[in-house]
Amino acid sequence: MEEKIIKIKAFLAKFFRKHELQEDEDIFALGFVNSLFAMQLVMFLEKEFGIVIDNKDLDLNNFRTIKAIVAFVDHKLNLAS
Amino acid sequence: MKIEFTPEQLKYKEEFRIFVDTVIIPEADRNDRDEHMCTEIYKKMSEKGYMGSMIPRRYGGLEMDMITLGLLNEEFGRGCSSARSLLTVHGMVALAINKWCVQEQKDYWLPKMASGKVIGAFGLTEPNVGSDAKSVETTAVLDGDYYILNGRKKWITMGQIADLFLIFARCEDKLTAFLVERKSPGFSTKPINGLMGARASMIAEVIMENCRIPKENIVGAVGTGLSHVAMSSLDYGRYTVACGCVGLAQACLVESLRYARKRRQFGQALRKNQLIQKIITEMVVNIEAARLLCLNAGYLKEIGDPDSIMAIWNAKYFASKMAVQVASDAVQIHGANGCCRDYPVERYYRDAKINEIIEGTTQMHEVMIATNAFRSYV
Ligand SMILES: Cc1cc2nc3c(=O)[nH]c(=O)nc-3n(C[C@H](O)[C@H](O)[C@H](O)COP(=O)(O)OP(=O)(O)OC[C@H]3O[C@@H](n4cnc5c(N)ncnc54)[C@H](O)[C@@H]3O)c2cc1C
Repeated sequence: MEEKIIKIKAFLAKFFRKHELQEDEDIFALGFVNSLFAMQLVMFLEKEFGIVIDNKDLDLNNFRTIKAIVAFVDHKLNLAS
Repeated sequence: MKIEFTPEQLKYKEEFRIFVDTVIIPEADRNDRDEHMCTEIYKKMSEKGYMGSMIPRRYGGLEMDMITLGLLNEEFGRGCSSARSLLTVHGMVALAINKWCVQEQKDYWLPKMASGKVIGAFGLTEPNVGSDAKSVETTAVLDGDYYILNGRKKWITMGQIADLFLIFARCEDKLTAFLVERKSPGFSTKPINGLMGARASMIAEVIMENCRIPKENIVGAVGTGLSHVAMSSLDYGRYTVACGCVGLAQACLVESLRYARKRRQFGQALRKNQLIQKIITEMVVNIEAARLLCLNAGYLKEIGDPDSIMAIWNAKYFASKMAVQVASDAVQIHGANGCCRDYPVERYYRDAKINEIIEGTTQMHEVMIATNAFRSYV
């Protein structure tokens, strides 16, 4: 859990440089998000955690906060195991 | 760090070279003049499995790695930009289906696309909407078990012959992607002729008037059309265009070397002239630089690195500008002969320019690359 949060925070820090993102803060409400971010996030999560994101996962709520992302990754890893 | 092709990649490279030399190049000039790609080309591409080069094996494709796909597109770019365009747009649709469609759609479409029985086309641009893709005007409205699409798409590569279109439309006011079959009610295409380059790309305008498609044909989810579907398709498209530019520039270089060796002025071959040598040197080095950018981008894409996206923007930006410069220099070396279609550099020059427009213009690349630099480097 902790390790996942650290990795996700490090990735997101590239996009939210002047802002220390809180774990339950709404990423999309901050307004920095663009198409590049969406795709990089998908690639990052797939590579870092060995999951495959597909059409069923395309619910923005899965990616809205750091906490939501961690829960989503855990859910995908559970499904896979 | 090791930059070296695997034995399998080298084998493929040689296979692609022979295919392009024997199948693609002999038809390229005629296809360009006729503004038509002869059916023999995609029949033979299908026989070789190239239509499924990017499709997983479980659906009958060849599932080539990104480096091999780069080599395929480089070789096709060397022979004919229109044939390379076919590989590009077909692959963009197949990969979108593979990544973002439900399993039934994958099982239905991908084997047909891998065998070349179904050709895909990518429909984002409209008469009023180009670079500003998020402003797409085509609409999609859910009506029971169907979506009803209304709008027009323009400049759609292979639009004259494609069977399946990946169409981007506004749904609930959010950009969304759909699979639209040519045979759908309310769907039609109109050929566009008179293009400057890539003239055998079978470009068409697509017209959807109350076009009715099953609701299962949505790709991804409502609102993810640009952020997920188009972005990942265009990422692949840009990579193949960049690699195609390397091939196109290589063809310009080879023609220039041949010509400068043979043509004599002032009592000696052009190649003895140091100003010509300088042009050749710049060609060689810039082509190599573009090739390395492509290989780097292809490697990062193969390992799923998020930085591959920017690496591909960089590669496409550099390679397309490089191809235009190299093609222009090739015409220069050929003098008046280079201005005449008896020499292939005349076509290369026209084809090269297209690459600065498609898959994001040079200026859109400048916006993206600079924005990313400000975000990443200081
Ligand atoms: C041969 C060919 C094949 C094509 N195939 C396809 C296809 O298969 N599918 C598809 O969907 N589309 C296709 N296109 C369309 C192509 O993607 C668009 O032409 C491209 O996105 C640019 O859009 P536009 O032509 O409307 O130019 P515009 O967006 O109108 O731009 C015109 C000029 O203004 C510049 N510009 C625009 N906005 C800015 C800005 N903010 N800052 C700086 N400069 C700016 C552009 O760089 C360009 O130089 C094809 C085009 C060609 C020529």
